[in-house]
Amino acid sequence: MNTSLTESSSAPPIETPQEISRRRFFEKLSIALIGLCSAIVGLPLVGFIVAPFFRKAPEKWVTIGKPDDFQVGKTVAVTVTDPSSLPWAGVTAKSGVWLRRVSADNFIAFSANCTHLGCPVRWLPDADLFMCPCHGGVYYSDGKVAAGPPPLPLFRYDVRVVNGEVQMKQAIVPISTTL
Amino acid sequence: MIKLLKTVWSWLDDRIGISVLVSPARHIAPQDAKWWYVFGSATLVAFIVQIASGVALAFSYIPSSSQAYETLLFITNNAPFGSFLRGLHYYGASAMVLMIGAHMAQTFLFGAYKFPREMTWTTGICLLGFTLGMGFTGQLLRWDSTAAWSVVVAAEQAGRIPIIGDWVARFILGGNSIGGATLSRFFAIHVFVLPGIMFAFIGMHLWLVLRHGISEPPVAGKPVNPATYRAEYEELLKKSGKPFWPDLAWRDVIISTLLIIAIALAALLVGPPALDKPPDPSILAADPRPDWYLLWYFGLLSLIPERIEGYVMIGFPILIGLFLLFVPVWNHKGERAASRRPWAIAMACLSVIMIGALWWEGQHSPWSPNFEAQPLTAKVVGATSGPVFTGAQLFHDKGCLNCHLVQGFGGRRGPNLTYIADELTRDNMVIRIVNGGTNMPAYGSSLKPQEIDALVAFLQSRKRPLRPQDRPTEAQASVTSTMK
Repeated sequence: MNTSLTESSSAPPIETPQEISRRRFFEKLSIALIGLCSAIVGLPLVGFIVAPFFRKAPEKWVTIGKPDDFQVGKTVAVTVTDPSSLPWAGVTAKSGVWLRRVSADNFIAFSANCTHLGCPVRWLPDADLFMCPCHGGVYYSDGKVAAGPPPLPLFRYDVRVVNGEVQMKQAIVPISTTL
Repeated sequence: MIKLLKTVWSWLDDRIGISVLVSPARHIAPQDAKWWYVFGSATLVAFIVQIASGVALAFSYIPSSSQAYETLLFITNNAPFGSFLRGLHYYGASAMVLMIGAHMAQTFLFGAYKFPREMTWTTGICLLGFTLGMGFTGQLLRWDSTAAWSVVVAAEQAGRIPIIGDWVARFILGGNSIGGATLSRFFAIHVFVLPGIMFAFIGMHLWLVLRHGISEPPVAGKPVNPATYRAEYEELLKKSGKPFWPDLAWRDVIISTLLIIAIALAALLVGPPALDKPPDPSILAADPRPDWYLLWYFGLLSLIPERIEGYVMIGFPILIGLFLLFVPVWNHKGERAASRRPWAIAMACLSVIMIGALWWEGQHSPWSPNFEAQPLTAKVVGATSGPVFTGAQLFHDKGCLNCHLVQGFGGRRGPNLTYIADELTRDNMVIRIVNGGTNMPAYGSSLKPQEIDALVAFLQSRKRPLRPQDRPTEAQASVTSTMK
């Protein structure tokens, strides 16, 4: 009795072709179900995480002041708050823009991000230059590259004067994709 | 009582299998594995410190873009032991990076990555990468102005990746700009994703250490032969092996204890890294810098020529990573002793010198303008009126002093102009000022002719003082004066 039990437990059972086929079927079914479960849980998860790739940039006009708030020939820092930011964004909903009043009705709004690596450029009013603290990129007052590593001029936002208000079209943070 | 406790222990051990669980600690290891072998366990201990202090900090830290800074202020200034815990977490990270570097150098120089431990090395290299990733994401969780701008810089760097760069940049920002989604993204990566992966890799790393054994110290003239190595190693363990616990582990315990004491003392005496201004992107007076363990990479990117910068930014980490991962593939047998591998010594020394030199440069950042430069004093200028004085004022106001050094004052981005009059003629000075150069703006359109004259007058006064023997005698001075 013991001997037969030992033999039956250690020797592989003989499978008929039907049994083999049935077991292979369930094996494949199990693998398919595991794949399905992974997809049910995984696809929404991946979609949730990568959603920012596909989120469209909200290009809205925001008021940044009245024309008289800005002197002709001067460049000043202006704080813009993103109206479409998430409620818990706090101070990160703000961004800084350099606004230059060129003439009575001509304004230029420069992104504060250096086109080299995105550091915030500073305006040196006496020198009429923008200078980057990270790697010493320098721009002229019109945003053109004056010296250093920046590959492109400072990014310009669209500006308009409507109903006695200076408005700026909010756009995404310009990312330099040049190698 | 003791009998009862023994009975309880036997019951628990039988049902749970505690003895079986800890039995790997008693695995037999070469008895010569002594003080050089303590860095791996020290790295693990530093990691445990990170987990413990990180979990504690998470009790008060709110990973919200609007509140994280305030909670950090609370943890640092109000919470009992908060400042100490932040310091523990920061210096624990530093210790982990240092220990992993020492562990890697020891493994490399002892040739311990060779057969059959290739995958132990490879999993270790992956852990190095994850540790640096933890360091970077951890710096961003210190959600101040530097952290917020560092995210922008990281996104800009990622933007250079061909084809998918823009997508990766948006992924890092959590959208099109810094905002509500940015911090929580890094929090999830720092607290769940990377630690989870690290647990898996640490488990695999330790399993491989048990599977292949702790490598014996190398012996010159005894190369690794994959055909015979395992039998030789087994023979060595049979002959002179000792159980890791307790016979060999005491050195690890001593070093780990010293490490924890050092981390705690640094946290207590030096304190956590200071918080910068709030993470408000409209505050433009920011100067983002990475923490010390990535400062060398910041230095590298700042020193390489601009035309290849993008390629180095993307390619260098990939190349270094691939090189380290595949070292055992082409070098899995042969001599292990460092004395027979001069190239290994040279590479290790060069790596340390290179990282150290780049770190030093990154720390001092001579390529960054000095925005704090104050107007030159009358003593430095050597005049209180006239064109030299006016030129010195212009030199400050026009931003020249941000980049040029004069008698130790100013920036270091451009050439030192302390003795520029000894090197350039007046005409050359005018040409440089008007036309600029690669790293200097052209001032031709922004300076009036009289301003250029004043600037040049100031620069012409920047001469080496004459040595006593070169000074004209009173008679010579009198002749010169008469001739004029």
